[in-house]
Amino acid sequence: MPLMVLTANRLRDGEVIYLAQDSRWTESLQEALATENAEEQGRLSALGEAAVEALELVEPYLMPVCRDGDNLNPVSQREIIRAAGPTVRRDLGKQSEQGPSEHV
Amino acid sequence: MYRYDAHDQSLVEQRVTQFRDQVARRLAGELSEMEFKPLRLMNGLYLQLHAYMLRIAIPYGTLSAVQLRKLAHIARRYDRGYGHFTTRQNLQLNWIKLEEAPDILAELAEVEMHAIQTSGNCIRNVTADQYAGVAAGEIEDPRIYSEIIRQWSTLHPEFSFLPRKFKIAITGTEEDRAAVRVHDIGLRMRRNLKGEAGFEVIVGGGLGRTPVIGKTIRDFLPKQHLLSYLEAILRVYNQLGRRDNLYKARIKILVNQLGIEEFRRMVETEWAALEGGDLTLPQAEIDRIAAFFVPPVCATTEAAASDPDPDYALWARTNLAPHKIAGHAIVNISLKATGAVPGDASAEQMEAVADLAARYSHGEIRVTHEQNLVLPYVKEADLPALWRGLQAQGLATPNIGLISDIIACPGLDYCNLANARAIPVAQKLSERFAALERQHDVGALKIKISGCINACGHHHVGSIGILGVDKKGEEFYQITLGGSADENTAVGKIVGPAFAYDEVPDAVARIVDIYQDLREKDETFNACLARLGLAPFKEKLYASH
Repeated sequence: MPLMVLTANRLRDGEVIYLAQDSRWTESLQEALATENAEEQGRLSALGEAAVEALELVEPYLMPVCRDGDNLNPVSQREIIRAAGPTVRRDLGKQSEQGPSEHV
Repeated sequence: MYRYDAHDQSLVEQRVTQFRDQVARRLAGELSEMEFKPLRLMNGLYLQLHAYMLRIAIPYGTLSAVQLRKLAHIARRYDRGYGHFTTRQNLQLNWIKLEEAPDILAELAEVEMHAIQTSGNCIRNVTADQYAGVAAGEIEDPRIYSEIIRQWSTLHPEFSFLPRKFKIAITGTEEDRAAVRVHDIGLRMRRNLKGEAGFEVIVGGGLGRTPVIGKTIRDFLPKQHLLSYLEAILRVYNQLGRRDNLYKARIKILVNQLGIEEFRRMVETEWAALEGGDLTLPQAEIDRIAAFFVPPVCATTEAAASDPDPDYALWARTNLAPHKIAGHAIVNISLKATGAVPGDASAEQMEAVADLAARYSHGEIRVTHEQNLVLPYVKEADLPALWRGLQAQGLATPNIGLISDIIACPGLDYCNLANARAIPVAQKLSERFAALERQHDVGALKIKISGCINACGHHHVGSIGILGVDKKGEEFYQITLGGSADENTAVGKIVGPAFAYDEVPDAVARIVDIYQDLREKDETFNACLARLGLAPFKEKLYASH
């Protein structure tokens, strides 16, 4: 199975978030839990559905990523833009943020 | 401008209350996303790539200075300090929080605005010629009828769940600045042999996956029958339009399947039962609405002013249009500065335009479907001062109608539906053609860019149309040539295989070079293409590809 992380948009503000270790949701892709294991991916999806029920987020789905050293990189252009922000406004989105990411 | 009456105001305030309750119930878990999504979409609230996006209705593209100041305030207070003017003459804000959306709607209601019917399968914001009411040669101000249609279609119980969205555009002149032939219904004002004003009714046009040029269903419709005839068309569509296939649900598919003759027969049959009924417009009601749109200026003999700065002359050459009232000009404000995002305006720019409109244009602004702004009532004597005010805000780019005046949808930088980016392609092209001398040498040429087949960037009707597609995860761009959205509406033809993202600027520059090499004196791009066909363009474009 390809390497996957679970992503969604936060219900209250639409922010892009990822499922991290310990069932936390994070705004940083680098903190996401990535797995190639199909069973584990199923567990992530189930956690996503539970978070929908808990009103934390909407529309969770698994997205493919690749590892580059310690970094996790999205595969598709769409997910690259979701993870960073608009390519035409580098001052906006996650790419503009300094310091540690904020967890939900 | 039209001003809300008590009924209008009550309606938008009730909607704010309803939506506030719906958001609260969603956040409390009383509504699921499946239940809530259609409710938020009815209020123009989408979930896009980075956040929620709010699409605010600007009816027929007309704004007051007070309204534009409010939009600037909302952009600053609730968003990231800017907004995006769209090809439907609306404004989109890209970084909205769901929990703040009801407060935004409440602020909009304070200035007679809302986001109702900017999404969903209903009659959307009616668009009109941005020069409405001031264009030379205009038969009547199309905003009178746009407003009448707005009132009729707002929360129309029969047409709130159509097979698909429904878009109407109106023009009052022979020149078509409203793209009426690529709308579900296009209305073009004309006179009959008796000299009476009415409408040519065009139906079944559209862009998207299946671009179709609308067909004339009625050569002349007397004004008083406007609503009853529209109701007849909508009824036939509502009954027979396909609901089983999203891609075949628009009225253009129905009209093509039935044929315009059969569709006309069905509409006329339906209309026979409606004609002369409650929907007949009394002249007094037309006059009542028309009174809101009487131009607030009179002819003046005040001397026109100029400015010795050569940049002023360049701006005046492209950004001014003739006004029907002596001593005045229509001023176009380009939102296409070199390298800028087409249609984007910062909160500061919105406030500056509002201030300049208040000072020089009787407090009125128009939004164009080509993603620019217009000040409709400027005295020629005030033009230099206005130009300096615009210059100070980076809003005096002298490129209206030139190759750098590019339409681009938000594309993959923001939109959940997009397959490819559109904005950076527009930026690269605007930088490529930044030299004004070159732009004037090329002449009028419209580039239109969409990031997916939904065609919000109107690529089908660009002289050079660019459509972003996804090929195995990579952005590619299909180029079409020869499209037009004016009175000579045409759908562009695909010139050949798609280009990779980095190849697009060179490809477009090559097409422009080919045109300049092959054109005859004063021949437009589309006329040159019509004379020669695609072959020479294709041959030279791909010769070294």
